[in-house]
Amino acid sequence: MGTPPPTFAYAAAALYAASLACYVRKLFAEGKWAGRAASLLLIAALVTHYFALLQRAFSIHSVPYQDIYGSTSLLAWFLALTYLSLEFFHRERAMGAFALPLVLLLLGLDLIVTPHTAPRAPARGSIFALHVTTNILAYSAFTISFVFSVIYLVQDRLIRKRRPGAMLWRLPPMEDLERMTRNGVRVGLIAMIFGIGMGMVVDQRLTGQFLSLDPKVLISFLMLACYSAYLWVARSPAWRGARASLLCAASYFVVVFSYTVVNLYLSGFHRFY
Amino acid sequence: MSVYLLGVNHRTAGVHLRERLHFSQQDALHAAGELRGQGLMMEALVLSTCNRSEIYGVVMGNEESEAGVERFVCSFHGVEPAHLNGCLYRRRGREAVTHLFRVAAGLDSMMLGEAEILGQVRESYLAAQREGLTGPVLNRLFQASLEVGKRVRTETRLGAQAMSVPAAAMKLAEQIFGDLKNNSAAVLGAGAMGAKAARHLRNRGIGRLWVANRTPERARQLAEETGGHPAPWEEVPDLLAKADIVVTSVGGSDWTLTREALAAAMHTRGNRQIFLIDLGVPRNIDPGIAEIYNVFLYGVDDLREIVDQNRQARENEVPGAEAIIAEHVEKFAAWQSGSEAGATLAELRQKLRLERDLFAGNRREELEQFPAAERERILALMDGLMEHLLREPSERLMKNPEARERAIFLRELFGLDGPRIHRPGTRQGRDE
Repeated sequence: MGTPPPTFAYAAAALYAASLACYVRKLFAEGKWAGRAASLLLIAALVTHYFALLQRAFSIHSVPYQDIYGSTSLLAWFLALTYLSLEFFHRERAMGAFALPLVLLLLGLDLIVTPHTAPRAPARGSIFALHVTTNILAYSAFTISFVFSVIYLVQDRLIRKRRPGAMLWRLPPMEDLERMTRNGVRVGLIAMIFGIGMGMVVDQRLTGQFLSLDPKVLISFLMLACYSAYLWVARSPAWRGARASLLCAASYFVVVFSYTVVNLYLSGFHRFY
Repeated sequence: MSVYLLGVNHRTAGVHLRERLHFSQQDALHAAGELRGQGLMMEALVLSTCNRSEIYGVVMGNEESEAGVERFVCSFHGVEPAHLNGCLYRRRGREAVTHLFRVAAGLDSMMLGEAEILGQVRESYLAAQREGLTGPVLNRLFQASLEVGKRVRTETRLGAQAMSVPAAAMKLAEQIFGDLKNNSAAVLGAGAMGAKAARHLRNRGIGRLWVANRTPERARQLAEETGGHPAPWEEVPDLLAKADIVVTSVGGSDWTLTREALAAAMHTRGNRQIFLIDLGVPRNIDPGIAEIYNVFLYGVDDLREIVDQNRQARENEVPGAEAIIAEHVEKFAAWQSGSEAGATLAELRQKLRLERDLFAGNRREELEQFPAAERERILALMDGLMEHLLREPSERLMKNPEARERAIFLRELFGLDGPRIHRPGTRQGRDE
């Protein structure tokens, strides 16, 4: 069936791009206006993007995660939302310049490769919708944590090599970055545990058993293990600091593998249409 | 009527002459009062810091009053005019305004972008204003200069980077730990560098500070001064286990901190990050320590390199600051132009009213032929005609970008700066 032209999605992309420009400006120049404008534009982008998702949902009569394109757009939306929440919570705007390119990349992929015909998906109820939505929220939180931990590692290297350069002073302090990474991972873990729980309920309704040994289920447990290990080692004497951040960054490859290879090729009932 | 500046600074005079021409806060107010009292300036303000002594004022624009200000400075400080040859600078109008804005922005400071000067400009202005030494022009000028200073500091990174070795070290510490109020520091060695570092730590709000020195008395003195705690030299290993930032500035050729001692301390502190700042020459800390996990080690040379980079970075911010200054110079010029044109028009109206009174006085006999009510009506009609004739030219003048120049022409044309016209009936009026 034909879908309407994604007007809202294009408008959201434009607003994300404008917000990114302001975040970059904030990073390289002083002044409060750029930071405030960046946050306001991001809020506007999130609202517009929400309408884009709604538009797509109406056209396929389901939550827009039935194909990888809709799912990517939803992931981009959650990524921006998680970033904005962390920005407000930690009162730190410097990371917007690093988080928003990922949002734009995901939304751009959705806009460039989305077919104008979307599959009509079977309605599976609100628990299923919650299962997928919270898992995508978990992916977005892990993505943000990945960005933060990479920036931490870069800072650690610059300071250790005694080559701070001009860029270092524009980034948040390492301790704040560590805290933001941990909070991102906490959000991701809670969302994923909730999402897996919802998935078990759906599975029980569909197959009569709580746990199917699908590759997607196995890799989700692996993700839980990796990020739980990160939270544990992040405060342990031997690993706190750069080593813990390295583990966080490495764990993200499991997330990427799960989202791409497993979703597209390996999983049975977690495959996209 | 224009802004005039006479001054010396670190570029034009050595420290000896700057010291001789320095005004204490009281002297500054007294001198400004004298300049006004002697009629050399209509408004006056003296700005005197370690690097500059400058007199800002509003003068009528004649060379005589400017020369009078120079003579006043020489006599005030008891300096021969010949000693000031080539050291004094004089700025008028827009140049004087630009100079003050550059001073407030920190562009004219010895250390580019230093923050203290803005506070000094503010203090001097507020003191002069309290004493009634400033008027509309200097009030507007100095308020604008404070705005310029603030904008330059918030909109550019001119003052953001550290420009001294201890300040650079503190910046790095903040980059690692964030707000230092939740962290602790130990200063090992209470010499000049150690004291500087301790003061920087205190100014940055360090949570807890220990000072250890081989001579306990000096450690106690520095700890007292900086609100820290003195610690015996024998407790240094314990301090390494407790403090997040350790500054060393100790004499002697042996390592004050060895790799083994720090490895043991890291074990005790559960591998929490530690930032070691070695300000000693020769070095106090074994460089091999930098290889230990979660240890950041910086020496004097590393920090000096950062300071050099920062100096370059500050210089890169100068064009941005100059653009802000240019914007405010234009604003001030526009205000002054409009303000002067407005004042000229007010004086012109006053002069025309006096002319009308003079005219009516000379024709008293003719006017007395009319009843009193009619006479009043005739005079009111004359006022109305005068206002009608002035309205359009006034509007044109106020809108003209060259209002100031036109106003000067108007003053000359109507002789507004010439001898006053006196009301008929006054003593002088009758004499005339």
